[in-house]
Amino acid sequence: MKRPELIPAILTILVVAFFWKISPDFRDVNYLLANTTIFAETGLLAIGLTLIIISGNIDLSVGSSLVLTSCLVAKFTNDGTPIFVSVLMALIIGTLLGTINGLLITVGKLPSFLVTLATMALYRGAAQAMMGPASAKVPQPLKGIDRSDFHGLPYPFIIFVICALIVGLILHRMILGRWLFGIGTNKEAAHYTGFPVNRATISAFAITGFLIGISALLMDSRLGVARHDLAKGIELDAITIVVAGGTAIAGGKGTMIGTVLSWLLIYFVKTGMGVNNLKAEYQLTIIGIILVLSVFSQQIADRFSTNRQRKTTKIEAR
Amino acid sequence: MIRISSILALGALLLVGCNSGASNETSTSTTPSSTESGAKLKVVFIPKNTGNPYFKPLGAGIEEASKELGFDYQEQGPATGDATSQLPIIKDQIQRKVDVIILAANSPDALNEVLDDAKAKGIVVVTVDSDLEKNESHRDVGVMATDTSKIGPAQIELLGREMNYEGEFAILSATTDSPNQNAWIAHMMTTLKDPKYSKMKLVETVYGNDEPQKSSTEMEALMTKHPNLKGVLSPTSVGLAAAAQVLENSGMYPGGKKAANGGIHLTGLSTPNQLKKFVANGVITAFQLWSPKDMGSLAAYLGTAAKSKKIELKSGTEVDGPKGTKVKLNDKGVVFAGDLVTFDKANIDKFDF
Repeated sequence: MKRPELIPAILTILVVAFFWKISPDFRDVNYLLANTTIFAETGLLAIGLTLIIISGNIDLSVGSSLVLTSCLVAKFTNDGTPIFVSVLMALIIGTLLGTINGLLITVGKLPSFLVTLATMALYRGAAQAMMGPASAKVPQPLKGIDRSDFHGLPYPFIIFVICALIVGLILHRMILGRWLFGIGTNKEAAHYTGFPVNRATISAFAITGFLIGISALLMDSRLGVARHDLAKGIELDAITIVVAGGTAIAGGKGTMIGTVLSWLLIYFVKTGMGVNNLKAEYQLTIIGIILVLSVFSQQIADRFSTNRQRKTTKIEAR
Repeated sequence: MIRISSILALGALLLVGCNSGASNETSTSTTPSSTESGAKLKVVFIPKNTGNPYFKPLGAGIEEASKELGFDYQEQGPATGDATSQLPIIKDQIQRKVDVIILAANSPDALNEVLDDAKAKGIVVVTVDSDLEKNESHRDVGVMATDTSKIGPAQIELLGREMNYEGEFAILSATTDSPNQNAWIAHMMTTLKDPKYSKMKLVETVYGNDEPQKSSTEMEALMTKHPNLKGVLSPTSVGLAAAAQVLENSGMYPGGKKAANGGIHLTGLSTPNQLKKFVANGVITAFQLWSPKDMGSLAAYLGTAAKSKKIELKSGTEVDGPKGTKVKLNDKGVVFAGDLVTFDKANIDKFDF
């Protein structure tokens, strides 16, 4: 199938239509927009992970990097710190943490799964060692971005969309994107074709780190405090979004629009179930079913279209 | 063409699937409310996580109050007890326009901002069991377990009664730096100065670190070191259960095979479920805990009464409690829910948590 992201798109429409019909609390555009603020943070991680997974790698440390960055920013700034200093700090720390992952994988020649499994523990451990059980207050000028909006669109949502657009362009319109697809399809071949495998891989992790920096700022701003135990399990949520959006976990295949649509799908499902007070255990089950459906139907569609292609070539060969 | 039609078919299938599945769920989880008439208040209880037996009686306390006071009650917990797992749920409740949120907080401060949102919308926020320590201004009132200063005396009295107010006893605590444990033990010490307990002698305080293995070892050591030991007090669930197992194996409990001069009386604090078998076979006569159920019903009462403006929840004041009682909010806006409950053979089967 040429457009695997059609599946999350169709599912999203069905889900919205369903909850719109049954739930008056869901039927509130302002609420649906305002509620994106929590999910924008996960979405930013998913944007970065799309690059990484397409390149045949994985990053399990995104949640820990997010927490470490948000703790560092909250702890080493105060009410007097100019806001651009905090922002710069978050972006630099995030990018740095991502680059460390990239360097360990490429220069250290280690599998990304192992490296990021280790840094997942390391980054969160560092945050815990630094903070202990205490929490750091976020400086006043940094707080409350999730409550402000631009013509009804909350800023975290706008930031998410802009990031998806820019990184989408990098992935689909720029040379780095072509390299990443190449590396994900066949690393050896990419290397012999003359693709700068190491540089491209480090770039993917660094871009993800940069997005983590933005995400950390949003989280600090939203919660007003930073603690070592925040955002637990967010890496799995983000990976889930990427994979459900049609990106192949083995690499070489995927689209940014797929990730964005899948983010929308999971957002609407979670919001719809939440506002109807569906029990947590059913919520997990339903999210699981939707993921299986999404991935499975893409597989079927895929097989279906490759079959047809094969048939055509056969006819042509005759 | 085939491709498009197959996608449509799949879509239709999903719609049907979603419809039947989800409408079943909603019908079981939402109770009919009559908020449009303005008559019934909507109260939601958010435990630390779902499937946690400790919160069952707490929810039952609120549910009982809902029948008595006539409000709509729902329980909605997160799947995990992470610091921010309750945050989206609180947002959802704001959108559902509930009147009272009863919250067993997973974090003392990560929920500050969203709770402020709730309060700004006129929702009364009541914390139960776990408070927003040092961030008390983000909720209206906290309903907590029995006052620390009451636990020490109640425990000493229970043990004293069992060992006839005389003989050597020891304390098996959790960790050396547990604030709760140390506060309780300090109050026990003061209680022991009462002439009533003058013949009871505390020989040693040991720490099992809330680990079953370490607690067992400490208990065995106590029994070897102090041959005249007549009592052990363990104000922690893990320690008490471990000590009970050691006592059962050794047969030195009152009425046991090897019980010398009356045997060793063991008591302490624990949730009832894990000690049921030791109460049934006589290793433990009685033990205590605060009542989660009382916490639930008091929280429900205070929350709804404050919402309907019958009372004003202000720190350091006394307000009307349920059934003509008076309850006092301390300077942090905390109310303690009643005395310890004593569990013994006669009543333990009525509790399930």
